[in-house]
Amino acid sequence: MIAKLFLSAFVVWLTGAVAALALGRHPAAARRVACGSALVGSLLDLAGSMAAIFAGNSTVIGLPFGNPAFVCAIRIDPLSAFFNMTLGVLAAAVSLYSFGYLREMEGKRNLGAFGFFLNLLLLSLALVFTASNAFFFLVAWEVMTLVAFCLILFEHEKEQTRKAGMLFFIMSHAGTGLLLIAFLVLASASGSLDFSSFHLLASRMPPLQQGAVFLLFLFGFGVKAGLVPVHIWLPDAHPVAPSNVSALMSGIVIKAGIYGMARVFFDFYGQPPLWMGTVVLALGVASALLGVLYALMAHDLKRLLAWHSIENIGIILMGFGAALMFRALGYDNLAALALIAGLYHTFNHATFKGLLFLGAGAVVEATHTRNMEEMGGLIRRMPVTAACFLVGAVAISGLPPLNGFVSEWLTYQALLAGFGTTQSLTRVMFPIAGSLLALTAALAAVCFVKAFAIPFLALPRSDKAAEAREASFPMLAGMTALAAVSVALGLGATWFIPVFDPITQQTLGVRVSAALVTAHGWALSPGTPHGGTISTAGIALFFLLAGAAFALPLALRWRRRSTRGPAWDCGLPGLTADNEYTATAFSKPLRMIFSALYRPSRSIEAEYEVSPYYPSEIHFESKIEHTLEKRFYDPLRERILAAANRMRGIQAGSINVYLAYIFITLILLLLFGVRG
Amino acid sequence: MIERLIESGAQLFLLLALAPLVTGFIRKLKAKLQTRRGPGIVQPYRDLGKLFRKSMVIPETASWIFTATPWILFFSTVLAGMMIPMVTAEAPLGLFGGALAVIYLLGLGRFFLALSGLDTGTSFGGLGSSREMTISALAEPALMLAIFTVAIGAGSTSMSEIARTAIEQHWRFFAPAQMFAFAALALVLIAETGHIPVDNPATHLELTMIHEAMILEYSGPYLALVEWAASIKQLVLMTLLINCFWPLGLQPAWSGFGALWGIGWLLAKLLFLSCAIVLLETTNAKMRLFRIPELLAVAFTLGSLALVSTFLF
Repeated sequence: MIAKLFLSAFVVWLTGAVAALALGRHPAAARRVACGSALVGSLLDLAGSMAAIFAGNSTVIGLPFGNPAFVCAIRIDPLSAFFNMTLGVLAAAVSLYSFGYLREMEGKRNLGAFGFFLNLLLLSLALVFTASNAFFFLVAWEVMTLVAFCLILFEHEKEQTRKAGMLFFIMSHAGTGLLLIAFLVLASASGSLDFSSFHLLASRMPPLQQGAVFLLFLFGFGVKAGLVPVHIWLPDAHPVAPSNVSALMSGIVIKAGIYGMARVFFDFYGQPPLWMGTVVLALGVASALLGVLYALMAHDLKRLLAWHSIENIGIILMGFGAALMFRALGYDNLAALALIAGLYHTFNHATFKGLLFLGAGAVVEATHTRNMEEMGGLIRRMPVTAACFLVGAVAISGLPPLNGFVSEWLTYQALLAGFGTTQSLTRVMFPIAGSLLALTAALAAVCFVKAFAIPFLALPRSDKAAEAREASFPMLAGMTALAAVSVALGLGATWFIPVFDPITQQTLGVRVSAALVTAHGWALSPGTPHGGTISTAGIALFFLLAGAAFALPLALRWRRRSTRGPAWDCGLPGLTADNEYTATAFSKPLRMIFSALYRPSRSIEAEYEVSPYYPSEIHFESKIEHTLEKRFYDPLRERILAAANRMRGIQAGSINVYLAYIFITLILLLLFGVRG
Repeated sequence: MIERLIESGAQLFLLLALAPLVTGFIRKLKAKLQTRRGPGIVQPYRDLGKLFRKSMVIPETASWIFTATPWILFFSTVLAGMMIPMVTAEAPLGLFGGALAVIYLLGLGRFFLALSGLDTGTSFGGLGSSREMTISALAEPALMLAIFTVAIGAGSTSMSEIARTAIEQHWRFFAPAQMFAFAALALVLIAETGHIPVDNPATHLELTMIHEAMILEYSGPYLALVEWAASIKQLVLMTLLINCFWPLGLQPAWSGFGALWGIGWLLAKLLFLSCAIVLLETTNAKMRLFRIPELLAVAFTLGSLALVSTFLF
């Protein structure tokens, strides 16, 4: 049953991809086929993964290709099923949205190719999450990377897009290189490429090798996930892709990196040394803080969201890091709590970030700009999009009672419990990480006040924004679906938690959902004896009852006593959009407070005719410096280019020389083989 | 069951009724110390009563966010208030959430208030939103460290559990960790509730306004709701502070005489804390906006010291 559902999803995606390519000359048909197959495939994938989670055991499926040396097989265990479920939910909503979103592109762009890549991306993601052998995993990984590259480059006529795509390509392959080495080390230790032979293997290796493999995996997967300091491609690449692709990229493609880490950290490692957990926790905190700090300075709506992906990856990794530390210290129940916090946030982030990117896509399509300073007042022109975006904004800010709050609360509880697990000074890390998580969440709230208020509230800041039209029905349906999932994951947290039982059983050997859910399914607790409780459903119920009993009747009564009037304009002739606070102005205090990090610079040029006090035109430019890029990546790039230049000498262009190279290499390899 | 309902009702009543009184008392005492006569202690009630009866003007530029905000702000603040122990060690809605939920519910109210500040499209609204969000974001790590310090001691984020631990460890509040955490939380309280040296809601000057700038466009009943919520928030944070650190007089249950005794203690502690706040307000000048991060950095340092002290002493 499970195997059938998964295989049919794969077949639907593959057929859809080929059919869309074949229908390239009929854009409308290509769009319908591509989105339809993506939707059906995602729903099948979702059904299959839910069935697999409830079954709670592993299903192994051999694929009808490959050869004995390189087996192509997939295994659906609870961890794979969980990531497939995330994929299914997000991809179904995005496919629905794409029905409307792609209509705009009909006749202008090659929708056949787009449909081909879209379906292939979903297929490769599902294969990455289920591949049960290192070779097949890397193949799926590479297909995913290349397809993502093609989708990012879909609007390739823009210089910015090509640059971003190139950076993504290079960084991804550097990451894949690290993974390749790591897998080869594991394979040589186990003598097989099968994942099941890697189970708990890494912990049996000598400490030095163990650590090296760990770091290779961490940074290899970290590149894909957007882990600081290997995140630099992400804020460039995510915004330039079409918005439905951005939603998939930020929602699920970066989660492939998270999946890889979960697989390696909790499946291949048994009891990792303590330092591994501390490294992950520290990098998680760094990613979360830097992500949100740079997001605050971004005024390109999609770039802002991309930076927030880095922040949320950081929050996920804080959960993972704490779980690894608890594992090392021998607290498996706490490790389960922290792992659940990380995985819950993974799912949550897929829903609300997908939702926000879809909302941003609708806004960008309506206003033809990504610059927030040219939007404004869209809540009146696009009420449904605004409402959905608001749900996403509240959720990502970690505010109750939505899903972001639940997973952040679980993370806090894990960090809090961590203090008692060890007597060494390491334990100070937990509360410090907790307080920095608080800072991250609070800054995210600042950022999303900006990201919602500047585009959607007050007066339109440009003609394009004033004439914006609400998105089409399929787009609204896709956004509403994700908003509903966000709300459901928040209010229904206690009903969702048991989903993690098979995963923690598989990876840590414990089931904790019974301890986490208290008060007859109304409240969550950290599972410790007197631990604090939280009831998002209760909070929502309070708001609902209070709203129905007081707010509604009173608001209706007061409405009769209210008039609409102009807002205070300081005595000037009427309020215009020029009076409004801009996104730049809104984030100015933080730009000044964190100026050591941003190193902001600005230039103002005023043109005047008579007196400098009456300028006719003012050019204002404000910039911040991306320290890591400037201090580390720029010199690195120059070094590599210089080295490449020097190596050009051996590339003479004569076939005889190249034959000599091949010959020498062969001899050297033979000598190496004989000695070994 | 009936008992729980009565308890909850009593705390709800205290929360709603006491909040304007605390605000009025602080204003009156401040006026006295500045050798002014000042309005009477019950003036905030009169203000609220007057505002609730008035008609209101809603800016043409505002959307539904503007009208929904007072309700969300008010309900989230009241709900936060129901999650902290006031008279007994048991918080009425403690099951719904503990210290973290209190902080995040106040955050929810602030999020919407900042949105409504920007919703009106005036420069003042945006200015207030920007400043309020910035300051509260910077206050958050110190707040969380202080909360973590007491929560680690209690092994729980449940407010009732924290209060019970405080009661059990009699006079524990002289321990260095508790003192540092108290100081950190007190600084956050000052920053979050709009007191000098961080904010001065009594002025309407754009150079200094923070909280007031956001709510300039509110009038009539909605302004009353926003003002009332601000008072309740102040009461919630003050109660959180005093009952976490000075659990004196917290009753095990709501029984006739005990409840009165508990309320008496609560009032006495609030009186003491109010006097301390007023003293701080009158002896300090308002800080420049960009000096406030330094104050909050001090709070963060105190929080870190509190944390380190938990296992040094």
